[in-house]
Amino acid sequence: MAKGKVSRLNAFVALKDVTHAYGSGDGFPAVEHLSLSIAEGEFAAVVGPSGCGKSTLMKLATGLQFPRAGTILVGGAPVTQPVRIAGMAFQNPTLLPWRTTLENLLLPLEIVEPHRSRLKRERGSYVAKAERLLAQVGLKGQGGKYPWELSGGMQQRASLCRALIHEPQLLLLDEPFGALDAFTREELWCVIRDLHAERRMTVVLVTHDLREATFLADRIFCMSARPGRIVAERVVDFPRPRDLEVTYTKAFIDIVHELRGHIADARKTA
Amino acid sequence: MSAEADTVSATAEAEARAVRDAAARARASQARRLMLAPWLCTIGFFLLWEVFCRVFGVSSYVLPAPSDILDATIAYWWPLLFHSFHTLWMTTAGFILAIVFGLVLGLALGASRFVHAGLYPLLVGFNAIPKVAVVPILVIWFGVGWLPAVLTAFMISFFPIVVNVATGLATIEPEVEDVLRALGARKLDIMLKVGVPRSLPYFFGSLKVAITLAYVGSVIAEYNASRNGIGNLMARASADFNVPLLFAALIALAVLGIMIYAVMAWLERRMTAWAQRSQFAA
Repeated sequence: MAKGKVSRLNAFVALKDVTHAYGSGDGFPAVEHLSLSIAEGEFAAVVGPSGCGKSTLMKLATGLQFPRAGTILVGGAPVTQPVRIAGMAFQNPTLLPWRTTLENLLLPLEIVEPHRSRLKRERGSYVAKAERLLAQVGLKGQGGKYPWELSGGMQQRASLCRALIHEPQLLLLDEPFGALDAFTREELWCVIRDLHAERRMTVVLVTHDLREATFLADRIFCMSARPGRIVAERVVDFPRPRDLEVTYTKAFIDIVHELRGHIADARKTA
Repeated sequence: MSAEADTVSATAEAEARAVRDAAARARASQARRLMLAPWLCTIGFFLLWEVFCRVFGVSSYVLPAPSDILDATIAYWWPLLFHSFHTLWMTTAGFILAIVFGLVLGLALGASRFVHAGLYPLLVGFNAIPKVAVVPILVIWFGVGWLPAVLTAFMISFFPIVVNVATGLATIEPEVEDVLRALGARKLDIMLKVGVPRSLPYFFGSLKVAITLAYVGSVIAEYNASRNGIGNLMARASADFNVPLLFAALIALAVLGIMIYAVMAWLERRMTAWAQRSQFAA
């Protein structure tokens, strides 16, 4: 009890007893009595059965939706409007086909202050920054290509860059590697691992892949079937930086197995 | 042994080259056939028409043969050219009005659900009215002249532009909207950065439909309420029972129609190359 209190004090993202339903009136809630807290700079993963309200959690944390009941704090302040300090990436890369990859990266800067008003004057330095970021995820020199000239994995890398270009304090990833083949997915795990190690932003990763969650996260939340709430919380304390080899150790497999048990229970009670 | 192997591999190479060359020739000849296809079909169509008229001895008061129409075209080349230009001018003016109005209304419809719900039934109803019935009203208001033709062209052609622009806006991917809204984007930002570029292929696609409709509109109005234009020329030719001239005017309309359609199709390819990656129709 006392420990929970301490972690909530310096929490960067905190949801307290949150209930939310879509549509008007008293529809069946997507999440109910949902509480969790994530520390600043922490890499959190949320796993759970399909349709358990993981995406709702993302929308609530970014201020795209407001809960029916409960409170949400991001960066110490209650969420009353879109949070602006968040970057988002989804399973579908959603790059705009009429913009080159580089122009897609600059899109958030055309929206968010203070970059918005600076972009025109300091375009050169912003472009250089975008190119550095592209090089960092293995897309060096690909900025001039259109998204449809890139493979699925490359598009997803570009989508990650777009989520990070404005240096958000909070990065939300909604099954970002779900549509990729196993090898590309593991490559991108390492990309996101290194980006987090360098920038120390707070990350919330929503995923179905328990190995992905265990490899990347410091803390894993298991959600119940709809209406979603947290049924288990697991700290993963493998030392960083983690190598892909860690996924073949006994300790790693035990955690995946344990999570598997929680999800199976959640599905049964549904 | 090795010399033998060399000859074998040389023969195989030559065979492979021959196969490649044959494939390239086949592709080139298919491209040539595709280029010729429209000309062959058009010439064939007129030949059949000519043969039909001659074999059955059809009177040129009923259906003039293409050779009669050609004679009439040569005899009346100046009036045909003059009135075609007039029609083209009326159509273009009405079409430009339709683009401006259609874009503004389409953006409004796509941006606001309230505007969409309120105006859509009204628009569908208006579109269902045959515009030929509106021409007499325009004549009462503005008299016989160029204005009824321009307005009819405008009224008949703005609807597809409105519908297509609104559709383009309505089909923005929700994830893109989420990404931008989470950054604090205003509705106007999303419209300008995503909605408008996204609706451009729909917009340019609709122009091809709209320009031919505008053309129909101006001819209808000229037929009923003008002293100039191909429509007016046709009205006078039919009063004189000059059927070959009537047909010559129809063919002038068709040629003009193909030309303006081609201009719009070219514009569409130029402006929205990113949206035309499909190999489906190739």
